[in-house]
Amino acid sequence: MYIGQGIVRQDGRLKVTGGARYAAEFDVPGCLHAVLVQSTIPAGAITGYDTAQAERMPGVVAIITHQNAGALNQHKAAQQTVTHPFLQDGRIVYNGQHVAVAVADTFERAEAAASAVRVRYAPSEAVTVMDESALSRAYKPKQFQNGEKSPDVSRGDEDAAFAGAPVRVEATYETPVEHHNPMEPHATIAMWRGDTVAVWTSTQGISGVQETLASAFGLPKESVTVVCPYVGGGFGCKGNTWPPATIAALAARHVGRPVKLVVTRPQMFTSNGYRPKTIQKIRLGAGRDGRLLSIRHDGFSQMSDPMLGEFSEPVGVVTQMAYSCRNVAVTHRVVPVNQGLPTYMRAPGESSGMFALESAMDEMAHALRMDPLAFRLANYAERDEQKDKPFASKGLRECYSRAADRFGWRQRNPTPGSMRDGRILVGWGMATSTYPTNRRPCHARIVVRSDGTVLVQSGVQDLGTGTYTIMAQCAADRLGVDIARVSAQLGDSRFPQGPVSGGSATAASVLPAIEAAADALLARLAALAALDPHFAQVPPADIRLDGFDLTAPGRRVPVLQVMARAGLHTVDAEGSSAPGDAYKAHSCHSFGAQFAEIRIDPDFGTIRVSRIVSCFEVGRLLNARTGRSQLLGGIVFGIGMALQEETLVDRATGRIVNSNIADYHVPVNADVPDIEVMTVDAPDLATGALGAKGAGELPMVGVAPAIANAVFHATGRRVRKLPIRVEDVLA
Amino acid sequence: MTAPITRRDLIGTSAAAAALPMPSLADAPAPAAPAAPAVAALTINGQVHRVAIDQRTSLLDALREHIGLTGTKKGCDHGSCGACTVHVDNKRVLACLVLAHRVEGRAVTTIEGLAQGDTLHPMQAAFLAHDGYQCGYCTPGQIMSAVSLVEEGHTQSEAEIAEWMSGNLCRCGAYTNIRAAIQDAARAKRA
Amino acid sequence: MQEFSRLVPTTTQAAARAGAVPQASFIAGGTDLMQLWKNNVQAASLVVDLDRLDLRRISLDGPTLRIGALATMAEVAEHPDVKRRVPAASEALLAAASPQIRNMGTAGGNLLQRTRCGYFRDPGFACNKREPGSGCPAIAGENRELAILGGSGSCIATQPSDFPVPLVAADARVELHGADGQTRTVELEQLYRLPGDTPHIETVLRPGEVITAILVPDAPANRRATYVKVRDRQSYAYALASVAAGIELQGGVVRDVRLAAGGVGTRPWRLDASEATLRGQRLSPALIEQAAARATDGAQPHAKNAFKVTLLRNTVRRALQAVTA
Repeated sequence: MYIGQGIVRQDGRLKVTGGARYAAEFDVPGCLHAVLVQSTIPAGAITGYDTAQAERMPGVVAIITHQNAGALNQHKAAQQTVTHPFLQDGRIVYNGQHVAVAVADTFERAEAAASAVRVRYAPSEAVTVMDESALSRAYKPKQFQNGEKSPDVSRGDEDAAFAGAPVRVEATYETPVEHHNPMEPHATIAMWRGDTVAVWTSTQGISGVQETLASAFGLPKESVTVVCPYVGGGFGCKGNTWPPATIAALAARHVGRPVKLVVTRPQMFTSNGYRPKTIQKIRLGAGRDGRLLSIRHDGFSQMSDPMLGEFSEPVGVVTQMAYSCRNVAVTHRVVPVNQGLPTYMRAPGESSGMFALESAMDEMAHALRMDPLAFRLANYAERDEQKDKPFASKGLRECYSRAADRFGWRQRNPTPGSMRDGRILVGWGMATSTYPTNRRPCHARIVVRSDGTVLVQSGVQDLGTGTYTIMAQCAADRLGVDIARVSAQLGDSRFPQGPVSGGSATAASVLPAIEAAADALLARLAALAALDPHFAQVPPADIRLDGFDLTAPGRRVPVLQVMARAGLHTVDAEGSSAPGDAYKAHSCHSFGAQFAEIRIDPDFGTIRVSRIVSCFEVGRLLNARTGRSQLLGGIVFGIGMALQEETLVDRATGRIVNSNIADYHVPVNADVPDIEVMTVDAPDLATGALGAKGAGELPMVGVAPAIANAVFHATGRRVRKLPIRVEDVLA
Repeated sequence: MTAPITRRDLIGTSAAAAALPMPSLADAPAPAAPAAPAVAALTINGQVHRVAIDQRTSLLDALREHIGLTGTKKGCDHGSCGACTVHVDNKRVLACLVLAHRVEGRAVTTIEGLAQGDTLHPMQAAFLAHDGYQCGYCTPGQIMSAVSLVEEGHTQSEAEIAEWMSGNLCRCGAYTNIRAAIQDAARAKRA
Repeated sequence: MQEFSRLVPTTTQAAARAGAVPQASFIAGGTDLMQLWKNNVQAASLVVDLDRLDLRRISLDGPTLRIGALATMAEVAEHPDVKRRVPAASEALLAAASPQIRNMGTAGGNLLQRTRCGYFRDPGFACNKREPGSGCPAIAGENRELAILGGSGSCIATQPSDFPVPLVAADARVELHGADGQTRTVELEQLYRLPGDTPHIETVLRPGEVITAILVPDAPANRRATYVKVRDRQSYAYALASVAAGIELQGGVVRDVRLAAGGVGTRPWRLDASEATLRGQRLSPALIEQAAARATDGAQPHAKNAFKVTLLRNTVRRALQAVTA
């Protein structure tokens, strides 16, 4: 079995030698460079452009504005619908909106031309920030979770239960606007040949790009080829097909030459979504015995002008299943402001929502004078009480106990401010993590070639999660061949269609498709072998693949020999899979318990994470090496969320003030302590896919609340907004 | 009394200074007759590349867009992320903040110049073994930085490695694996 | 980014003459300049490249430590004479930027790093420093990182560099070479102008004037000194507040003391009132506390940076505790 082993990444050698080619790095002869121009007002209308100067600059081929761009069809995307591709009309609904694109023969010249384009505006009134005063603008989302779920969910009678509860906690929590900031900026190279277009683009979903561009340019899907073998990080901001990809294709069509459009780092803050700011009102009622009597979670999330699409940070979805409680009410509202369209960002809803819920749980434990872990165990959900379904698997109890033991939680003095190391305040906090196991339809192909190699192909993406490697592991196992023969290919719309890589769903979606393809391939090889004289009289069903030989009792012939005799250079087969009945009959989640130790210098207010211990139940870990990396990486992302990340918006203009990664802080190496991750082996065999659950988002979910709870433990101060900074704890 | 500038005082001009228009920044027009790209002879990984590029072209854009060496990555283009780390005369620097013309005559090493044929540099091998990356986009910069860090001798402790690697962001959060890889490579070098 | 011509003079005099041309800009390490150019915050038609000037040496000239303006930040930080004579400067450099940037940035260039104010660095905003008279949205806006000392109604941008903070504390001077061929020296603190109504004029440098060296006098309080920096990240972040503290004690009495702060002022901020509180007095925790309290004399906090008042006092206290321990 290769699955489970820590096989070294298939793409590792290319990545450490600089040989892995990302979207902007394909050598397309004659390629021009495009640079976006963005608005400098938050609301209003474009009244005109001054492009003459830019057009006269050396090397400039075109300045494209909404006046000469030509019409596009509405986007129709596989994922969240981004309904406005820009450069289609003169409306301005946020500061930093794309208003023109300059095309020139070099990047330097395109950038200079873009900065020379002048845009005239008629500004109008804008609301640029969601705060309490803006909540009056809130409305119920129309497409909550892509229209798959209801924004308002309840069970029991929360009002009455809360009113009657002996112990009550009620508080408002806030999370800020955050930006994904993958290391690789969005980039697209577009090249037209007649009525077909090829794009090399950095995306988490090549099929979505294909659909979107086909729709925008009125082409059949087959006329759009999308290639993306490597993604330099996505974290959600490459899940949709955002306007820059469409604009690149539009520009290439406009100038009749290939065009490369790389979004600059500052432009990354207004081009491809963000985690919206949330305001969350939570109230919990409990009995003195420590049993939860009621939970209410009202979430407000910042939204753009609805013209751009819709996204609501689903903060309360996890609240519905996290704990056992009879009376639960959850609502979601969106608040439109003059900002860009928000989108999924790593653990959307779970990380932001669990910051609020798990902080409130800590507040309640404190009010009850209960140990925070004991309080959670007292309210352990044995089944999903909202869906009224059993969990496919739930190893959370074991996660709690193993992580707590390893961390030394029993030694915790519950009194805030009681644990010191000299002048340093030490805080210990914990939180629960959970994330749904998502699975989507997927197709795959396996090809055996006459040189003895095996290709496994699917139109999925590898965001650095290790998809290449687990695809090869899975195919090698199912076929029973040496993994050295097997290489995976992905990120190309010419391969069988795969789903978007988001929601930690790729492994659970692609592996069953590969298994199906492998089974189909074995059947095909067996059928082929049955025609071979060596297997005369043997029914195909009795022919097996062993090593790289076809065998039946008493007979053994190399695959390549069978293929050669049949005159075939390749044999291939496809397979598909989709979530089955077992998946639908269960509530499918991964779980984890996360413990954090922080150290605060009371003179400076600086908070340093000194230790994180986490235990996760992610079903079967498919690759011990890459799986562990994902778990570690999610925790680092959580540290950023807890203590550093915040996009600052100038209220007067709606313009982002820290649109760069020197001033938008993400963790650096020195911010990250030793992190211990453990996993509970609890294969989720109900939902298929080798018992695997997603591992990409779960590990960040509990980090921010565990750290916030540790801050309370260290200082006695309850900080109900992220990020928690120097000024929040300064003595 | 000041001496006039003579030709001997000036080397490597791309255009005659006296002929330049000097617009004020407020109206910000482009120079009416901008300087044409000039040929720069850049020594990259021991090989001389002659490219016609603007004076304003960064070493990073010269490598990626003009020479075709795309292993060096553009993450922020503002010296904030470290993805474009290369060596100039054996010191780690950020290619996005270097004017390409300024490194004529200096030895530039990029990630493509690290391995000896098919044999990976020990730091590359250590990153592979420790899974010191995920998406791989920051990786060339991390490795170039790590190679320098070992040369500089900043590997006394894990904390020292962390501090001296903090100019290289990794959004996937592979930091602990990166530190393990560097410790391994440094140990192997000492041994 | 605007295209330019580049001159590479081989003498300081030629550089100064060329640099006096309107729309000319010197480039040394280029680590800040490249960012400003790329953001179209600044533009130059003529770039005067200082690369070939012989201004890289660090040497002792009797009691004076002479740091060539083109020595890199890394070279200065690691130099034994710097570590001995003005250790706080070495500490400040090692707490600044990243190893890569320290290999590129120069001593002289770092003194002239421009503010990190997000309004200044984005031409999409109004900014009095970038476009005189356009207004300062930062004062009523996102001012968390900005100055509480030395601001005006026109500008509260913080001078962001670490290196000049201990140098100002050490009474360093800068040596300048003018386009007219004359050299002069200026107290480093006086190199920087307060914003007043003209925040776009940041220094007293004349057109074409080249910083050729930083001159640091020898003093016991410069040798016994430290630099304490508080920042949002553990590394690779600008100071929220920083303090350079140097002291000379004789029998428990403060004979000499030098204090300067970074991250809080529109220029590296010498803490005169705190020094006066300490000088000639017997050192005690209470005295340190009094000195710390005087650090924020005249402070004008804004909506989002009021915490810097407490932070600066605490940082002064900690720096004094560290240097007297």
